[in-house]
Amino acid sequence: MSVQLWTWILVGITFALYFGIAIWARAGSTKEFYVAGGGVSPLANGMATAADWMSAASFISMAGIISFAGYDGSVYLMGWTGGYVLLALLLAPYLRKFGKFTVPDFIGDRYYSNTARTVAVICALIVSFTYVAGQMRGVGIVFSQFLQVEITTGVVIGMAVVLVFAFLGGMKGITYTQVAQYCVLIFAFMVPAIFISIQMTGNIIPQIGMGGRVEDGTYLLEKLDSLHTQLGFKEYTEGTKSTWDVFAITLALMAGTAGLPHVIVRFFTVPNVKDARKSAGLALLLIAILYTTAPAVSVFARTNLIETVSNQEYTALPQWFKNWEDTGLIAWSDKNGDGKIQYVNGEATTGKPEFTEARGASGERLIANASAETNELYVDRDIMVLANPEIAQLPAWVIALVAAGGLAAALSTAAGLLLVISTSVSHDLIKKQLKPNISEKGELMAARISIFVAIIVAGLFGIYPPGFVAAVVALAFGLAAASFFPAIVLGIFDKRMNKQGAISGMVVGIILMLFYMIRFKTGLIGVMEPLPASEWWFDTSPEGFGTVAMTVNVIISVIVSRLTPAPPESVQEIVEHIRIPSGAGEAQSH
Amino acid sequence: MAIPENARKYWRANLKYLAVLLLIWFAVSFGCGILFKDFLNRYSLGGFKLGFWFAQQGSIYVFVILIFVYVWLMNRLDKKHGYNEK
Repeated sequence: MSVQLWTWILVGITFALYFGIAIWARAGSTKEFYVAGGGVSPLANGMATAADWMSAASFISMAGIISFAGYDGSVYLMGWTGGYVLLALLLAPYLRKFGKFTVPDFIGDRYYSNTARTVAVICALIVSFTYVAGQMRGVGIVFSQFLQVEITTGVVIGMAVVLVFAFLGGMKGITYTQVAQYCVLIFAFMVPAIFISIQMTGNIIPQIGMGGRVEDGTYLLEKLDSLHTQLGFKEYTEGTKSTWDVFAITLALMAGTAGLPHVIVRFFTVPNVKDARKSAGLALLLIAILYTTAPAVSVFARTNLIETVSNQEYTALPQWFKNWEDTGLIAWSDKNGDGKIQYVNGEATTGKPEFTEARGASGERLIANASAETNELYVDRDIMVLANPEIAQLPAWVIALVAAGGLAAALSTAAGLLLVISTSVSHDLIKKQLKPNISEKGELMAARISIFVAIIVAGLFGIYPPGFVAAVVALAFGLAAASFFPAIVLGIFDKRMNKQGAISGMVVGIILMLFYMIRFKTGLIGVMEPLPASEWWFDTSPEGFGTVAMTVNVIISVIVSRLTPAPPESVQEIVEHIRIPSGAGEAQSH
Repeated sequence: MAIPENARKYWRANLKYLAVLLLIWFAVSFGCGILFKDFLNRYSLGGFKLGFWFAQQGSIYVFVILIFVYVWLMNRLDKKHGYNEK
């Protein structure tokens, strides 16, 4: 059977499953809608958290990025998993004990102020929207690749699918759908990795195969390092980023992970504090399966790619190369006219390749913007995971499986984020601020309407991505780190923290981060072009700036809180109350 | 407001656990994986340079273990102070 047919079959089966679950788990009350009734088992919650957390970026892009970045890619591995340690130790148990629906609820009550709540809602919306825009784009890319439709059609199909199960099920439907999606995505990620590990190193476990020996007896990583050196790249196991920048990016990603509203809200869905702790551990264990396999996939894919294409005649290359060239994600220009592929360090094109309609002497697609550098090959990082099974010549069903897995990853994350957005609007904004006497039915209706609006807006971002969205997605973490994370941690661990301190910290943190990111990523402030790395403050990249903004947030919060009156007795009692694990009860609406 | 002695002791023990666990968290990731990476890369673990291994594999394994140790410690502490449920 062809890859195409297998894709239809596997995507069809998994989608039928997701819809079935969404219908089975229809939400009847706001509590079921927001926190699945607070009665999900730790294992199911761990799986749902893992699926929620592992987005199209984790599934499709991460291994590809590491594949090209080598050691520098470690920031994502450590950052996105280390954040769970912070979440499990510093946030999850206490927020569960507190027992409200949302992060702005906690901030609003702990800092006894509607202003604080509003600031938190705005931060939640900024973070979630930045993040979801990238997801919808991811959904569109996967659909368009595998069903061979236009990317716009891909995004529209994705919107419809997310809409149906978010609309029907709310948190309950999403939780159980995500359990199924976790199983699909982890299976889809592991199968090709195991196949390739056996093929290259004879070891069935990719994590060990990565450090294993290849056929001629040398270690795989040594071989890759020497291939890199020969071609003029920096050794794979060494990085190019400065130690400080690696440090800053890792810390920003960790704190950002712990501060992401759609991840935190997960811990409101388990029955008690004990389960909240356990659930965070299970979630990380389930995530770690993918996160420790991904760097192995990167090494396999990188080695395979170099060996398959470097110094080969274009006409003798396997079919996958030409297929990806047709989609525009691979480009080759025969700069020295020898018909062979010169793959060395440097940019092959200036920016993304622009194809002319003509074909070159070897039959390749000609590009208009080839650079002056020697390197002749452009490879989009996002194709590494998708193309990996083809490069390794695995059977058609494995290639199709990756498509189903990528869709599961993108859809589960998009659904979780959209729920947070709608909750922020219907619960935190409408119920808590604008119209406190709204009926439960009315609130549920408002939640569904806001999901609908959020999907349309997210879909538009996916179809017409403003130039900066792609650049900004990774920065959602910086924003979460700079705004929520300190406010929540201080709210639990510093009893003296008051509303003046927390609000000024959050506001300064998020504004500083937004300013730095816009200035250095988009060039909208002051100059027209994004500023070069030499202009960075303290040699910190925009991705790592969350660490600086977070530090500023903490310092300002502490200083301001000490200069202003202590929080009222009743609030100090709340803090005492959440520090004790027993008597959490069910999640309360107010 | 008077805080019961029991609650205060519980909280202090909790903070002590957190300090130790977070120290390990910092040491494996920021320490072994980033700050001392070049030094550790002189040693190897099978086909891995040690610093590289910590950055891409080891730290993640330690993170998982840390959370489960925390769960175990806290459950024990809850029981000792009578805060455990069912």
